[in-house]
Amino acid sequence: MVDMTALTGMHSGEGSARRIRKRRAAETRLKLYGIAAILVAALALVALLSSVVGKAAGALSETYLTLPVTLEQSEIDPDRTGDFDVIRKADFSGLTKDMLKANFPDARGRTTRRQLYDLVSSGSGFELGDYVSAQVAEGNNLVGQTIDFRFLASDVTDLYLKGDFGRLREKETSSNLTLVADGDSYIVSSTGDDFEAALARVKEGLLVEAAVIRGKARLQDNGVVEFQRRADASEDEATRTRNLKLVDQRAAARDKLLAEAEDLEARSAADGGDEALSDTNRSVLIRVAGGWLKMTRITASGGVAEAVVPMQGEVTGTNSWALFTTDLAENARKVSDNQIVWIETLREAGQVETVFNKRFFTSGDSREPELAGIWGAAVGSFWTMVVTFALAFPIGVCAAIYLEEFAPRNKLTDFIEVNINNLAAVPSIVFGLLGLSVFLGVFGVPRSAPLAGGIVLALMTLPTIIIASRAAIRAVPPSIRDAAVGLGASRLQTTFHHVLPLAMPGILTGTIIGMAQALGETAPLIMIGMVAFIVDIPTGITDSASVLPVQVFRWSDFPERAFEARTAAAICVLLGFLVVMNAIAVFMRKRFERRW
Amino acid sequence: MSDEIKISAKGVDVFYGDNHAIKDVDVEIQNKTVTAFIGPSGCGKSTFLRCINRMNDTIDICRITGDILLEGEDIYAKSVDPVQLRARVGMVFQKPNPFPKSIYDNVAYGPKIHGLASTKAELDEIVELSLRRAAIWDEVKDRLHEPGTGLSGGQQQRLCIGRAVATAPEVLLMDEPCSALDPIATAQVEELIDDLRKSYTVVIVTHSMQQAARVSQKTAFFHLGSLVEYGDTDKIFTNPSDPRTESYITGRIG
Repeated sequence: MVDMTALTGMHSGEGSARRIRKRRAAETRLKLYGIAAILVAALALVALLSSVVGKAAGALSETYLTLPVTLEQSEIDPDRTGDFDVIRKADFSGLTKDMLKANFPDARGRTTRRQLYDLVSSGSGFELGDYVSAQVAEGNNLVGQTIDFRFLASDVTDLYLKGDFGRLREKETSSNLTLVADGDSYIVSSTGDDFEAALARVKEGLLVEAAVIRGKARLQDNGVVEFQRRADASEDEATRTRNLKLVDQRAAARDKLLAEAEDLEARSAADGGDEALSDTNRSVLIRVAGGWLKMTRITASGGVAEAVVPMQGEVTGTNSWALFTTDLAENARKVSDNQIVWIETLREAGQVETVFNKRFFTSGDSREPELAGIWGAAVGSFWTMVVTFALAFPIGVCAAIYLEEFAPRNKLTDFIEVNINNLAAVPSIVFGLLGLSVFLGVFGVPRSAPLAGGIVLALMTLPTIIIASRAAIRAVPPSIRDAAVGLGASRLQTTFHHVLPLAMPGILTGTIIGMAQALGETAPLIMIGMVAFIVDIPTGITDSASVLPVQVFRWSDFPERAFEARTAAAICVLLGFLVVMNAIAVFMRKRFERRW
Repeated sequence: MSDEIKISAKGVDVFYGDNHAIKDVDVEIQNKTVTAFIGPSGCGKSTFLRCINRMNDTIDICRITGDILLEGEDIYAKSVDPVQLRARVGMVFQKPNPFPKSIYDNVAYGPKIHGLASTKAELDEIVELSLRRAAIWDEVKDRLHEPGTGLSGGQQQRLCIGRAVATAPEVLLMDEPCSALDPIATAQVEELIDDLRKSYTVVIVTHSMQQAARVSQKTAFFHLGSLVEYGDTDKIFTNPSDPRTESYITGRIG
C-alpha cells in the first residue's frame, strides 16, 4: 500500500535535489549533442560548397591568344570570287595550322608540330572562318590581308596559364653564360655554379632510382635462397644441378643490380657530377638572347642543351640570361616543354588574354573542354521540368483531392493508398525502364527528348506530390468544409473554393520537393537516352536534350583535366537552379498565405 | 408566433454504424418560432439538428430512416438536391468558422454560388442587409475587406449568422452558437436570435437551459436518443410532464 501523504515528502530534500540535477544535466547534454550535430552538418556543407565553388572558379575564365594570321588568297578563295559561300567553306582549320607554323617556324618534326597545333583550340579555326565570312557578308573582304585574330586557347594552354600543371620558376643567376654550338645542340658553360640546385635535385632522383633497383635486387636474392633450399632438399642429382644453376643465375642478376644501385648512390654522393636529364626529371630551361634552350645534360656550372627557340647571335660571357625550372617533370604534365616555351614567349609579348568565360553559359556540350558549355543542359532541364510539372502537378493534385474528398473508404481505396506509398519507394531506374519499354517502345515518344524525360520524372514525382497534397488537404480544418457545405456549396465547390486554396501552400511545398528530386535525377534518364552527347540547344520538348545532372555525370567521366572545373561549375549551376526553384516555392507560399 | 408547421419529423431513426443515435423521433417545428433542443451531452440533439439540412450526408457511416418534411416535402426524397436544401435551411455552427477571406467575401459567397445577385450592386445590397440583420453592420462597415478571421469571437459568430442569412434561407439551424462565446457576446447573439424569429424559423441546440428559456418559444428535451418531451418553453420549464425532464432541468441528471 502506497502512502500518498508520505510521497509528498519526496519533492524536497537531498534525493529530490539530486534528481533535479540529473534531469538538468541530461537536458544540457541533449542540447550539446544538438549543437554538435548542427556544427558537423554546417561544416560538411561549408566544406562541400567551398570545394565545389573553388574548383568551379577555373571554368569561369577562358584564354585567347592574339596571333597575326595571313588570309591567303590561294587557300581561301583561289578564284577571287569574293563570294560568301566560297569563303565560308574554306579550310580555316588548315589556315590556323599554317598560321602557327608561320609564327613558330622552328617547330619541326611531327611530334613538335602536333604540340604546336595543340596550343589553340580545334574550334578556333571555325571561329576564324565565322569572323572572316561575317566580314565578307558586311562587304569587308579581308581575304589576302594579314589580320590579328584572337584564337581561343586549347584546354592545355588554358590550364597551364591557370597554374594547373605547376609553374615555371625562375632561379637566380649570378654568373656569365657561354654557349658553344656542337652539332644540333649547345655546350653550356658558366662562370659560376648556378646549375648546382638543379643538379642536386637530379642527384636526389638518382637515390630514388637506386632504391627501386635495390628492391629488384632483393627479389633476385629471394630467388637465390629459394632455389638453394630446393637444391638442398632434392633427392636426385639432375634436380640438384638444375636448381644450383638457377641459384647462380639469380645471384649474377642480383649482383649486377646491386652494382648499378651502388653506382647510382656513388654518383649521387659525389661532389660535382654530370648527369643526363630525361622527361622524368623536372625540366631546366634557359632564356638568353631572345631564344630558349632546354638542358639535356647538367653539371654544376653548365651542361648540354637543345634550342627550342633559336637565339639571335652568339652568346659569349653574357650575364643577361635567365634560368627556369618546372614544378613537374615533363611526363607528369599534359603541357610539353616546347609548349611552355611558346606560351611564355606569347605571354611576354602580351599576346595572351584571359577573359570571363561567357561561352560556358551560352553554348552547348562539346568534346573539347574549352568549347563546352552548360546552356544546352540547362535548357534541357528547363523543358524537362516544364513537362514534369505540367503532368505531375494536375494529376497529383486531382488524385489527392479524389482520394481525400470523394473516394469512399473501402478495400480498393486502401489498396490504392498502399500502392501510392510504395510507389514513392520504387528505385528511380525502374521508372526509366518503364519509360523505355512503354513510352518509347509502345507510344513512340521521341528518344532523348525532354518529353520522354518529363513523363518518366512525372511518374517518379507523382507519389511525392500525392502524399504531400493529401496531407495538406487533410490539414484543412473540417469546420471550413462544414461552413461551406452548410451554405449549400456542392462538394466540388467546397473543395475548389475553400479546401484547395487553404491546402495550396502545403501542396506547393510537396510539389517543389518532388520537382527538386526530379531535377537532380540521372538514373531514369539514362534509360531513355538523355545521356547522349547533344551539342544543339533544345528549342522544344521533342528535341534531343540532356539535363544538368546527366551533364555533370558525363563530364565527370571525361579524361580531359579541364572538365574537372567544368563539372564543378555545372554542379554550381544545378545548385543555382535548385535555389531558384525553392525561392519560387517560398514566394508562392507567401503569396497564398497573405491572401488569407 | 404562427401555428403553421414548417418542419415535421416522423419516426426518425439515425444510426452511426451500429450505434443507434436517434430513436424514433417525432417533432413538428412551427414557422417563425425559435425552437430549442436541450438535453445532456450525447443525447442526439445535434445529430437530429444536422438531419434537418442533411449535413449528416457527409458522414459515410451515418444512416437515417423515417421522414423529415419541410413544408410537407420529404427532404430525403430522391428528387431533393441536398445543396438546394441547404440553401433553404441555413446553419450556424458551435465554433465560429468564418472563411479565411474578407468579411465581404464571407457573406457574398452564399449568394454568389446560388446566383442570388445578378449585379455587383445587388450583391453589395445583400451583403449589407445580411450584416445588418446579423447586427454587425455598424461594427464592420468600414472594414469589409479585412479578413473575417480578424474579428473577435462574438463578432465572428454574428458574421457566420450573417453569412447564413445571406443565402435567404427559410430555416436557420444553430448548433450551440454561444458555447464558445463570453457572456457579453452571448447576450448579443441571443438578442439577435430573438430578432431573427421575425423572418426565419430558428432551431437552436443549447446546453444552457437559461438560454433556452430566454430565447425559445418551444423546447424539445432529448435524452439518450429519444425525444422525451416537446412543448411550449414556459410549460417545459415550469411544469414538465415527464419526470426525466424535471430531473434534467432541476439539475439531477445531465
